[in-house]
Amino acid sequence: MRWLLLKDLQILRRSPLLTALLVIYPIVLAVLIGFAVSRGPDKPRVAFFNEIATEQGGLDLGESGFSQEAAFDQLCERIECVSVDSRDDALDKVADGDVLAALIIPEDFLDKLQAQLTGSGLDPASVEVHVNEDDPVKARLVDDRIQSLITEANLVLSDEISTQLLNYLDVLVEGGSVDVPILGQSIDVLGLQKSEAVLKAIRTELPPEQQQVVDEVIRFAQLARENLGFADDLLTSVAEPIAVEKQVVEGDVPPLDTFAISVAIAVTLMFVTVLLVAGSLALEREENTFTRLTRGLVGRGGLLVEKIGLGTLCSLVVALVLLGVLELFVHIEWDRIHLILLAILFAGCGFAAMGSAIGVAAREVRASALLAFALALPIAFLSLVPTGTVSATVYDWIRLVTGAFPFRPALDAFSAALSSGGPDLVLPLLHLAILTVAYFALARVALKRFA
Amino acid sequence: MASSRGTALEARGLSKRYGERRALRDVGFSVEGGELLAIVGPNGAGKTTLLGILAGITAPDEGNVAVPAGEVGWVPQQAALYRRLTVAENLRLFARLEGTDDPDAGVEEMLRQTGLADRRDDQVSELSGGNQQRINIAIGLLARPAVLLLDEPSAGLDPGQRIRLWEFVSERAEAGTTVIYSTHQIEEASHYGDRLLVLADGEVLFDGAFPDLRRQAGDGDGDGDGDGDPEADFVRFLRKHGH
Repeated sequence: MRWLLLKDLQILRRSPLLTALLVIYPIVLAVLIGFAVSRGPDKPRVAFFNEIATEQGGLDLGESGFSQEAAFDQLCERIECVSVDSRDDALDKVADGDVLAALIIPEDFLDKLQAQLTGSGLDPASVEVHVNEDDPVKARLVDDRIQSLITEANLVLSDEISTQLLNYLDVLVEGGSVDVPILGQSIDVLGLQKSEAVLKAIRTELPPEQQQVVDEVIRFAQLARENLGFADDLLTSVAEPIAVEKQVVEGDVPPLDTFAISVAIAVTLMFVTVLLVAGSLALEREENTFTRLTRGLVGRGGLLVEKIGLGTLCSLVVALVLLGVLELFVHIEWDRIHLILLAILFAGCGFAAMGSAIGVAAREVRASALLAFALALPIAFLSLVPTGTVSATVYDWIRLVTGAFPFRPALDAFSAALSSGGPDLVLPLLHLAILTVAYFALARVALKRFA
Repeated sequence: MASSRGTALEARGLSKRYGERRALRDVGFSVEGGELLAIVGPNGAGKTTLLGILAGITAPDEGNVAVPAGEVGWVPQQAALYRRLTVAENLRLFARLEGTDDPDAGVEEMLRQTGLADRRDDQVSELSGGNQQRINIAIGLLARPAVLLLDEPSAGLDPGQRIRLWEFVSERAEAGTTVIYSTHQIEEASHYGDRLLVLADGEVLFDGAFPDLRRQAGDGDGDGDGDGDPEADFVRFLRKHGH
């Protein structure tokens, strides 16, 4: 059997295209995944045009105010603001695809907002968003990003307003000075607390029948002061009415980097190993050597074992190359290498056994490659469907179908091996071992039938 | 060409069915050591099935095959070689898989016998069809079998390549190897075969030397020695037997 293995490696060495694919594919994938996980998502490019005159500083909300410059600086931390000179320039950039969207702040934006806040106007302040929805995925992305930004801006504004209202209430209860933008001056407010004290002081100098009336006013002032004290909490909660307390009910979630690496290794091994083993087995038939070999030189089972061994060996090399390149971008816990090797070997065996079953079914190398792609690609996509994105019944069916292929258990095995925060390693390894035996048996039966 | 060295292979009552179709019906014959036996017949006569049974690849429904001379080497119709390996690498691989005592010596011997020593390091894909077939046969000879089975060895070769191929095969027979080959080219069978086994619809119609077949076929001029064209004689023979 070792002579057959050496022969296959020799043939592989003499197939420059296939060897290049085996080496380059994991490196390219590793670099792509590496960049993706180390750089994070890019900010969307948005053309930003502000029609408000620069001398109009912002909203007058009393002591704190609302600076338009500060607000727009905050906005441009979330998106990549592309400065434009005019409204037309902004629209041209959207049409050309230079930017994802154009955000235009109309000239009367702050005036309308100010009018709303002071109760002198009901026309709502609005911003203009222009998007180029030339494909549905981009359209959804733009909608989500813009909606998220506007929601955040509204929250910032409502927080500022709540703070200002709390200041007004404090002055009303305790007394003090208040700026009135409409009047353009500040006024002194006595406050409920001081009013109550003044009334108590003059009460004793009044006739008894008038004292009774003053007592009612004092009680009202007390009640108003106490109840307005509750308004503090109420207004604070209005600024952020819903708080999130996340509890993980199920699933040992690996870190995002680990998951990305696991996906990269599982996808690479699936394509490389399945294609290699299926192609190598189909080649024995294409070269007419299958009958010559199995006529007493090598048993059919032995031939399958040799091909699975070849696939597993290549899996090991390819996965280690991939991890080596990924190390340049993300930290890999090399002290877990024994677990990583175990996961690679089991996954390699699983994929190789699947490849052998495909190779037996196909009589030509090209047909085996086509069959391998046709099977592997949808299985990989299905295995990555997360819970909650489809109905429970559909998800159960997906789990059932993907459970019959090595991709999902391989993904779980890599997640478990790469990080201590991942799922348990034993179950995916057991799953892969069962699949290896099942695919080997299937290939063995098919080999007898097709031969 | 044949030199009698005792029975090398004997087939008795071989029958084989594929579903409703009967591929072989009670086929029996024997071959002597060093004899060249040509199995001839039209397409679908059962030649490949018979060779498959003799090689042990296909199990017969009835009958058995005895090979008192020893091992049987089998050479498939299409060259069963790794085209990305060199001539020497192919021979060495199969010599090792055959478990020969000295694989390198076996490789050198086959390179010498095939006359391809100077092309030992060429990849098989670079060889002509005729040279590929010579390596194909050489692999069948690596284990020094007493009986060599060749399934239509000259199919797809040009006349020059055929002549060189049959010279090579005849040398092996002269060296004592019993050669059984299938062909539908009667001229080749009559020229290179010591004996002919004619199959049609899975039945043996004739077992003997070509001159006897020609006599059985008869001719148009009535002299009883055929008309000089082996193919015409063979067609007449088949028609005479209802095929």
